[in-house]
Amino acid sequence: MNDIPFHHSLHVLDDLCKGCTHCMKRCPTQAIRIFGGKARIFSERCIDCGQCMAVCPNHAIEIEQDTFEQLQAYTYRVAIIPAVFFAQFSDTFTESQICRALYDLGFTHLYLAETGVDILNHLHVDEPNHTSMLISNYCPAVQRLIQIRYPVLLENMSRIRPPAQITALFARSELAEACDSIGIYYLTPCAAKIAQIKTLGSEDNNLFQGVINFDTAYNKIRTMLTKNKKSYEDDNTTTFFFPLCTAKASQWSLVKGQSSNKTGRTLSVDEMHNVIEFLEQLEQEEENNLDFLELDACAEGCPGGILTVRNRFLATERLRHWSKSLPSQLPEYLIKRIDKQKDILMENLYLETPQPKEILKLDLDRAKALHKLEKVQQILSVLPLIDCGLCGPPTCKALAEDIAKSEASIRQCVVLKLKDPKELNSLAKIWGERTIGSTVQKDDQA
Amino acid sequence: MAGAASSEIKRILKQLNIPPLKIKQIIVAVFEAEVNVIAHSYGGKIVCDFEENEITVQVIDTGPGIDNLELAMTEGWSTATDEVREMGYGAGMGLPNIRKSCDNLDIYTKAGDHTHISMRFTLGEK
Repeated sequence: MNDIPFHHSLHVLDDLCKGCTHCMKRCPTQAIRIFGGKARIFSERCIDCGQCMAVCPNHAIEIEQDTFEQLQAYTYRVAIIPAVFFAQFSDTFTESQICRALYDLGFTHLYLAETGVDILNHLHVDEPNHTSMLISNYCPAVQRLIQIRYPVLLENMSRIRPPAQITALFARSELAEACDSIGIYYLTPCAAKIAQIKTLGSEDNNLFQGVINFDTAYNKIRTMLTKNKKSYEDDNTTTFFFPLCTAKASQWSLVKGQSSNKTGRTLSVDEMHNVIEFLEQLEQEEENNLDFLELDACAEGCPGGILTVRNRFLATERLRHWSKSLPSQLPEYLIKRIDKQKDILMENLYLETPQPKEILKLDLDRAKALHKLEKVQQILSVLPLIDCGLCGPPTCKALAEDIAKSEASIRQCVVLKLKDPKELNSLAKIWGERTIGSTVQKDDQA
Repeated sequence: MAGAASSEIKRILKQLNIPPLKIKQIIVAVFEAEVNVIAHSYGGKIVCDFEENEITVQVIDTGPGIDNLELAMTEGWSTATDEVREMGYGAGMGLPNIRKSCDNLDIYTKAGDHTHISMRFTLGEK
């Protein structure tokens, strides 16, 4: 799965984009440029964290998703639901009512993603990576961030499959006895998970047939619950039964949800800029005493995902409250079911170490990279260094790097243009005129 | 702030397509040297030379120099003040760690004068 290019779930809607630079300034991997007044996302840099979508004032970042209609292609339609989904609803709606609505929407089987945590615990799975400091691979945006910006830390990534993958494996192996047309769908709170599932040939792509976004699912279920309020409430005889998880496992997606299950010295960091600040620090330390790191790209962990509907603090509270009603040990019936699938699960526990993505390099040839680096320094010396972003790249430095890579022209600098247009002409001759956006700009003028 | 210079150097190394483990090695050494400048000297500068197969980092401070270099190179030996130790530094591992990390280390120092350390890192085939 390592050499496969990332699939991306986020796209710019040109009709709505005003080129306001909010997204560009926020992007943690400097993957966005403004060309011809519209934002462009560079796919080799984007980690699908969704920060751009969260910050866009014009709703111009669109996220892809599968439709409910495609469910019909399968006889068994399985939903893998993260516990945080139930927390999107206010207390008026019980878990059982939400489950019932999911069945009414067309799913035939429901599994809780966090059951995977208990499965791993029950099978006593050992971490194959014996590094002194382990980094969780739970958050897909963080994993991509590390692949792009902190490759030296990749060897510290956990190699055990994340719980949702384990649950998907469990569900498939359990249901395969009865039916061979099984579609497994993941309900996702974030863009990075969609991107992971849609990356052709990836582990997630093999395990899941599709993905349903939290907000879409929420809207459908909310409508269903309101419409059928009376009949759902009156019907006390049917309870909806699906593999649960333990109280501890249910909090896996919350901040400290993972680290509180680990022994030794652990640390949890949430929200992208905190994660970056921490990883920068981590990269240059000779050694530390940490045993396990939980890093979440979103504030408050998964309840802060960009597709969530409810306030993340309220959602966290509901999840914590719900977990109090869950058992501390797995029920006997579930243990039996897990043991039945044990052989298949045990063969599929581990992932390969993710590979670094070579995109921060100025050039793959070190001599050329060195040459370009010198050029960057020279270009920087004439730029205003105010990082206004009007040129298209987010900072003066980013513009200098783009020019050195022949992906931009110094003519894009608005400050220089106003100050000394003649000087700009001669500089442009020295450093080149080429810009990737030139075609876009021509289109705009036409 | 200790670490600002090594962060900047790290950013450049990443752009030059240098293997991640080599970067780590260089940064650990530079970071230690940077801390030394802050903890023990009146101030100083870091000069980096990037070449295709070799990187040289020179850390030049303005004094006061090291009294006994042999002792300073010994693991665990430290002259750090309590203030520095309280901040978590001063374990006496700075120079020994630097020596371990780089391929060639030259140190000029004279008590009462200044210290100039020159670390050379060779880069293998790409």
